[in-house]
This record gives sequence, C-alpha cells and structure tokens, in this order.
Amino acid sequence: MSHSAEIESHGSVKSYLIGFVLSVVLTAIPFWIVMTGSFSKATTFYSVIALAVVQIVVHLKYFLHLDFSIRGRLNTFAFLFTALIIVMVVGLSIWIIYSANAMMM
Amino acid sequence: MSLLGNITLDAIPYHEPIIMVTLAVIGVIGLAVVGLITKYEKWGVLWHNWLTSVDHKRLGIMYIILALVMLIRGFSDAIMMRTQLAIATNGSEGYLPPEHYDQIFTAHGIIMIIFMAMPFMIGLMNIVLPLQIGARDVAFPFMNNLSFWFTASGAVLINISLGLGEFAKTGWLAYPPLSEMSFSPGVGVDYYIWALQISGIGTLLTGVNFLATVFKMRAPGMKLMQMPIFTWTCTWANILIVASFPILTAVLGLLTLDRYLDFHFFTNDGGGNAMMYINLFWAWGHPEVYILVLPAFGIFSEVISTFTGKRLFGYTSMVWASGAISILGFVVWLHHFFTMGSSADVNAFFGVMTMIIAIPTGVKLFNWLFTMYRGRLRITVPVLWTLGFMVTFSIGGMTGVLLAIPGADYVLHNSLFLVAHFHNTIIGGAVFGYMAGFAFWFPKATGFHLNERLGKYSFWCWQIGFYVAFMPLYVLGFLGMTRRLNHTNNPDWNIWLYVAALGAVIIFAGIILQFVQLYVSIRDREQNPDLDGDPWNGHTLEWSTASPPQFYNFATLPKVHDIDAFTDMKEKGIEYQAPDEYLPIHMPSNTAAGMQVAGAAGIVGFALIWHIWWLAIVGALGIVVAFIARCYANNVDYYVEPQEIAEIEQAHLANVASVKEELV
Repeated sequence: MSHSAEIESHGSVKSYLIGFVLSVVLTAIPFWIVMTGSFSKATTFYSVIALAVVQIVVHLKYFLHLDFSIRGRLNTFAFLFTALIIVMVVGLSIWIIYSANAMMM
Repeated sequence: MSLLGNITLDAIPYHEPIIMVTLAVIGVIGLAVVGLITKYEKWGVLWHNWLTSVDHKRLGIMYIILALVMLIRGFSDAIMMRTQLAIATNGSEGYLPPEHYDQIFTAHGIIMIIFMAMPFMIGLMNIVLPLQIGARDVAFPFMNNLSFWFTASGAVLINISLGLGEFAKTGWLAYPPLSEMSFSPGVGVDYYIWALQISGIGTLLTGVNFLATVFKMRAPGMKLMQMPIFTWTCTWANILIVASFPILTAVLGLLTLDRYLDFHFFTNDGGGNAMMYINLFWAWGHPEVYILVLPAFGIFSEVISTFTGKRLFGYTSMVWASGAISILGFVVWLHHFFTMGSSADVNAFFGVMTMIIAIPTGVKLFNWLFTMYRGRLRITVPVLWTLGFMVTFSIGGMTGVLLAIPGADYVLHNSLFLVAHFHNTIIGGAVFGYMAGFAFWFPKATGFHLNERLGKYSFWCWQIGFYVAFMPLYVLGFLGMTRRLNHTNNPDWNIWLYVAALGAVIIFAGIILQFVQLYVSIRDREQNPDLDGDPWNGHTLEWSTASPPQFYNFATLPKVHDIDAFTDMKEKGIEYQAPDEYLPIHMPSNTAAGMQVAGAAGIVGFALIWHIWWLAIVGALGIVVAFIARCYANNVDYYVEPQEIAEIEQAHLANVASVKEELV
C-alpha cells in the first residue's frame, strides 16, 4: 500500500489566538446590540444574523483550517459540497412540506 | 415471552405451493453446491481465497455473483407478475392471491434495485476502479470486505423472508401510513427495514472507501482530470452515495421508531406527517437512480472509446456533465410525488429542474456519437449493449421529460406509463451498462473470454424482449391502467397484457442464454485464454496488468502522463517494460472480521424482525466484540518479496511476448 503522507496545516498559537479574539469580538457586538436595545427590531435581527455568519467563516478558517491552498482545497470543497446538499435538502424539504400544509388549510 | 420471539410454525407459508416448491428447489441447489464443494475439497479455497479476501478484484467478483443470483430471484418475481396479469383478465383471479402478489411486487423492486443493480455496479467498480487509477487496492481493504458482507447480510435477510414469515406488501417504497404498525402488523415491513438498513450501511462504507481511494491513491502523475472516465462517473456516484444514503438510514430509522417504540413521525394522528417520509425517501431515492446509472454511462464511454479505437470525444464535458447530473439529481426528487398537492410553485420548480437534467445527459449522448463518428466500430458484445442503450435510453429519457410536466404527471402518476418509463431507463440505462461492462471486463477479471456468439444472442433477446415487454405498458398507461393491480377486467387491456407477458418470456430467454454463455465460457476456458491481458487494445491502466491481474495489481506503480495512460505508454513503446529491480510490496492480510461483524449485524436484524430481544443483544455484542478483536489484531499486513514478484512478472511478460510472436 502506498499512502502519500500529506500533512495538513493544524494552525499555530497565533492563528488560534486571532480566531479566538475575532470570535469574542463577533459575539460581544451582537450581545451589545441586543443589550442596549437602541436599534430597531429589524436592524438588531439582521445584524445578529450577519455577524453570526461572519463568525461561522472565522471558525471555518481559524479552527477547522479550511482554505483554498492546494492542500486544503479538498477539505474546503468537501465542506462546501456538504453545505450545498444540506441547504438544498433541508431548505427544499421545508418549502415542500410548508407549501403542502398551507394547501391543506 | 418466548425464546423465539414472534416466530411460530405458522410463519412458514405451507399453504403457498409456489413458495414451498421454490424453497425445495433452493434447498436442492444449495445441497448440490455444498456437495460439489465438498467433493472437490474446495472449502479451504473458498474460505481463504474468497470469503475472507480483502482483494478488491475478488470482492468485485463476489458482488457480481450475488447480483446474478439476485437477478434470478428478482426476475422470477417479474415473470410471475407478468403471467399473473396475462391470466387474470376479464375478472379472473389468476394464480397469485393479492397478499402473495403484493409481496412479489415489493420484493421485485427492492431486489432489483438494492440487491441486483447495486451489487452489480459496485462489483464492476471494485474490479476496475483501483486498476484504472494504478492503485494496489482500495484505501481501506478490510472495510471493503465488510461492505460486501453487509450487503450480503441484507440479501440473506430478504431471502429468509421467503420461507419464514412474509415480505412487505407495501410496494418497494413502503409509504406510511400503510407501512405503519396499524396497517402492516406483520413482519414484512420489518424485513424490509432491516434488509435495507444493513445493506445501506455497506453501500455507504463503499462510497467513503472509493472516494478516499480516488483522492489519495492515484498513480504518480495522474491528475483528477486525467482519471479514466469510468473512474470519474463512479466518483460522482460515490459522492452521491455519501450524500444521500444517510437520508435513507435516517428515514428508515424514523420508521423503525414508529413501528417499534410507538413514535408518531409518520402516523396520521399524534402530530405525524406521512408526507415527510415520502419526501425524505425520495431525497435518497432519486439520487439513488443516478448512483445506478452514472457508472453505466462511464462503462459506455470506455466501451465506445475502446472499440472505435479513438480517444473519447469531449472528456472534460463528460466529467462536468456527470457532475451537473449529480448536483441536479439532488434537486428533482419531488417529481416522484407531484400529486401530493404542494403548491404550484413547488411543482413548477421541480418540474423545470427535472427537464434540465436532460441537457447534460444529451451532452453525453452526443459525445458518444461524436466518438463513433469516423471511427471503426468493432461490433462486439459490449458495443451491442452500448448501441442498444443509446436508442433505448433516449426513449426512456424522453418519456421522463414528459412525466416531468406536473400537469401530465397528474394523469400518468402511478400508471403503467410510469412503470414503463423507469424500466426503460433502469434496464435500458443501468442494466445494459452493467451487461456491457460485464462482457468488457470479463477477460480481465477471469483470464478467459466469454463466448461471443451466445453473448450476441443474449443481447438480442434482451433488446427485443425489452421492447415487447415494456412498450405495451406505455399504451396501457394511456389506457388508464394503474400499477400494482392484481387482476383486471377491461377487455381493451388484454391484448397488451398478453404481449407484455410474451416480452418477459423473450427476456427470460436472454437471461438463460447469459447463464449458458457463462457455462460454455467456463467449460471452454482453456481454449479462449486472455494471455497478454489486453484483449481489446485497451486505453487505460487496467489493461496493462495480467488477466486476472496480479494480486498486487502493479509491480511498480505506473507513471501517468495522459488520460488514456496505457495508449500513451504504447505510443512511447514502454508498455511492458520490466523495471531494473522490484521492491517489496506492502499488502493487507485476509480477515474473517468482515464476515463476523456483518454476520452479527444480520443476526441483530433477524432478531429485531421477530422481536427476539435476547438474540438482538447477543448480536449487538457480537458486532462490538468482533470489531474490538479486529482492532487488536496483529497479523493485518505482510510484504510480498521481490523474488516472488519477479517470478510473477516474468511469467506475465513471457505470455505477452508469446502473443506478440503469434501476431508476427
């Protein structure tokens, strides 16, 4: 058996610290937005969602080490493909069943 | 509570003469096989070289043997249904009572899809894919053996249902609420659940295994876009397996909870929604048909390219068309249940998506035509299957686009038009492909040729029989006949039912001829050897090995510079070059652990079907113990020494030289 020994990057203390600080900041901001209560409901809602999505990307980059380098590409594409399938299957299923229920009302 | 759970003597269908005769025949054949193995003292060979083998080529052959055995069972169901429907006209009841007939059409569907087509496809992939990418085995050889035995365990369960208890009477989809405890209190649906669940896990492991293989074990120099086309289509199929089979596992799990623990996922009351089962089932079921057909597309591509003596036209477009089919195949599943009555937007979206799939499929068809254009097509058995496919599958595709129109589907849903359509695509697409691949790679896997003449007869019986059997079903669909009818009373339908039964008989002749072909070819194997391992002037690496290939596949890993790697080597004149020295080859040892784990899983399934709780616990413990024992096994690998390799390779090169001399 010939297994090519490819070693994927596992990050450094620095990259983990950057990821950690970014995550804390990205958690603190929505917390602050909700706590102050001085924004409209829509603004609060959408900014929390947006910051959550940004934080997902931060986690993927700094903790799961997904990137588009030659070595990391395979993992990244596998992740994106899985995400696509889940979004399609779950999203379309919700749409299908919701519409069917609505037609039954 | 009895030690045997719900098993009683009544579970054996004494009152069904057809089943009892079948069991007797199976018993006689089984005893004959056991007797022959004992007589020729082959038990050791069977155990050491086959059952415990982790060699992908041997596992592939075992998969195909399983597929052929299950083809006989599935086809018996088919011809019984056709004769029943030909007899039970004008209000006559025929010879199959509804409770038996319902089991037959359910078993026919499950056997043909899960236990015939899937093992056939996975068997061909096992034999060919590692050779095509210049690898010595798959990434996880033991897991490959385990996958096979999971599939075999599922097949054993479905066959036990013939003689003990019953099989599901729900149709192969087992839609709730019919498949719930309140409407199907027997063990039929439980056999269905556990046979599918266990073999489904095997398939999922196979998908993971072969993905790891193509991503990590390609020969030096082979880029992804240089993989042979069959390997590519299998890779897309494996991606679909990995993405879709967990949905099947989950949906069967939910149905299991409903049936065993009184949950309410799919019940009519208690907040359940039966439509969710149908939705999830088809979210697996539709990708499943692409899992079946994509490798077949790869086979046709290899066959057309090899026998025209040309490079495949549009390799890149072929790869991406397969990718497009794979992704689109995941967003069309609602077309199986347009009539559930979701909104018009939903139906329109899925209808349009379904029609779009015809485009990448059309790209493939034109690629094959352009490959043949100005080529010299050698009309061999694999080519006949391919040409038959191109015509037949096109018709099936067109009726599919017709069904994709929601308005038309409301008329044709669950009619025989639908039955004709999916047989048209699965037989004309997938099965013809496997037959082509079987004839194409048979010399590679076994070292001798199939009888060409009988192969051609068989093809023509299949081809003609197919049209005679299924074109009438299109007509019957338009005449309003629905599927799964046990008997009919409409004089307008009779003639078409008779013709369809005749077609099934012609296909039967084709199947018999195939087995005769196998028998004759094995009998005359000494006269028709494939000495140099390259009988068709092949393009890809599998043809560079001996036939059957050396157990380590490649003495030295080939260096790849081209899609048609072997043609490239031939052009450079380096196809049979012996290296200066051989290095030891690291190989996996055979193991019985796969049989133990999967056998224990089969016992768990059987025990749960019959509610024998103690046995289920014993079986589950067996899985864990066998697995842990395997984890601590020391003798999992060995090295093939250079001297042994040199002897094997010299024998092969001598064979090649003798063939070359004859040609001169």
